[in-house]
Amino acid sequence: MSERTLRGKVAIAGIGETTYYKHGHSPDAEFKLALQAVLAACRDAGIDPKEVDGFASYGNDRSEAVRLAAALGIKELRFSNMHWGGGGGGVAASVANAAAAVHSGMANCVIAFRSLAQGQFARYGRGAAVPAASGDDAFLFPYGLMSPAQRFAMKITRFMTEHGIKHEALRSIAMASYHHAQTNPSAVMYGRPLTEEKYDASRWIVEPFHRLFDCCQENDGAGAVLVVPADRAKDLPHKPTYLLGTAQGGHHRSAAPVHNAPDYASAHFPTVAKNMWAMAKLGPQDVDVVQAYENFTGGVLLSLVEHGFVDPKTANEFLVLENLLAPTGKMPMNTSGGNLAECYMHGLEMVNEAVRQLRGTANNQVPDANVVAVLGGPMVTPVSSLVLGTEATL
Amino acid sequence: MSNALPPGLPAPAQEPVAKPYWEGTRTNKLMIQRCTGCGAHQWGPEWVCHRCHSFDLGWEEVAPRGRIWSWQRPHHPVHPALNGHGPYTIVLVELPEAGNVRMVGNLLCAPDAKVEIGAEVEAVFEPHDDADPPYTLVQWRAKG
Repeated sequence: MSERTLRGKVAIAGIGETTYYKHGHSPDAEFKLALQAVLAACRDAGIDPKEVDGFASYGNDRSEAVRLAAALGIKELRFSNMHWGGGGGGVAASVANAAAAVHSGMANCVIAFRSLAQGQFARYGRGAAVPAASGDDAFLFPYGLMSPAQRFAMKITRFMTEHGIKHEALRSIAMASYHHAQTNPSAVMYGRPLTEEKYDASRWIVEPFHRLFDCCQENDGAGAVLVVPADRAKDLPHKPTYLLGTAQGGHHRSAAPVHNAPDYASAHFPTVAKNMWAMAKLGPQDVDVVQAYENFTGGVLLSLVEHGFVDPKTANEFLVLENLLAPTGKMPMNTSGGNLAECYMHGLEMVNEAVRQLRGTANNQVPDANVVAVLGGPMVTPVSSLVLGTEATL
Repeated sequence: MSNALPPGLPAPAQEPVAKPYWEGTRTNKLMIQRCTGCGAHQWGPEWVCHRCHSFDLGWEEVAPRGRIWSWQRPHHPVHPALNGHGPYTIVLVELPEAGNVRMVGNLLCAPDAKVEIGAEVEAVFEPHDDADPPYTLVQWRAKG
């Protein structure tokens, strides 16, 4: 039996994104942003948008595949897919699902995307205004535990306390994103650098490890990538970017109700990371650039640990700013500014940045980058990750 | 005694899967799911035992005490009822006498009190008799 894998089977041929706006500042409707990103990805790939035959997304994206297909006059829709789970846990999974569709022959040319004009809907940082909380929330909302920051805070408290990791390690993660955004004119935080003093003086969102700058922004915009069979990518304008490995899901009872996951202080990547590295036939030591989704900096720490990039024993020494910066850091990370400082496009902007790094066209280019890992939204469940590489890695 | 948090936060929907828990709290009893098939404790409530897949989940009164597994102190108000209230403390409490299941509640303490993982706590039943339907929350305080 032939090996069941996506390694080297598909490529990202095109990337697209809209202008990234501060929360509530988009002049365009969310669905229009989605259309702009999809068309930009097709243009980048040199492919007629009417050839697109599938859409994959995540986070309960409101821009439905069938509406996109109708609006764009798609000839034949062969794949439409929504990955369960909120936030950016599904960012890599949307690319993986597009890849699986393309490789299996279900479809030929699939867009993975995220459109999010949250400003036109509700704030993430506020609880839903409901008279009565049901399901898990019945045991959380009455105690004032309602926002994403709060849902994850106790994982981070537990992990940081157990391993003696200092808040300064999280500050380095935040500062790396802001540093890279200062040379990325597309970044929402372009021209707004973050200093240690500014970080330390920022207000508490949740003690003991969530200051304001540990938390992502909310933004308006959209991003998209176009996934095609590897053979086809060779004939397209850009240097192909191949999917090497990907996985999604969660470990044993990661979604156990009311904070009862047996392995609680986790970003939920232990099995996902193992499966991703196995498919990629690579490990963290092979990676040139990391894009690690920041919903909260503590989640980045957990995610880096569970993917093998950071040892909790040496996290305080390793997670210093200089190690995280392009082009010369030991582990250049979030090189376009990430969710914190480029745009909170639920990580889709990180997939785009991974592709730019492999093409050699990034604003903060890491020289000779051949392997880039994208670690999707941590601490939600299910989560997902992927590894991309140049032709040299096949 | 005043409540841990100001009025106006969402009430718990007392759903069928959790009914014995909510009924128990009204009489100051802490009731947890326990599988009549394999004896596993389970929290939060679910229709099936995660260990043996029995649907015969019973309810057992457990000792209303535990130890702090983790904690947080929110400052940013996440609901209009919390505007201007200031920081409060949420704890995740492990119940060693009930299969180490964990429960979420507020720790009744000063807003700047030091919180230690592993500290022993006991339950405080907080009735909301004026709600329709009435309910009782389970809060926690340092063991005296």
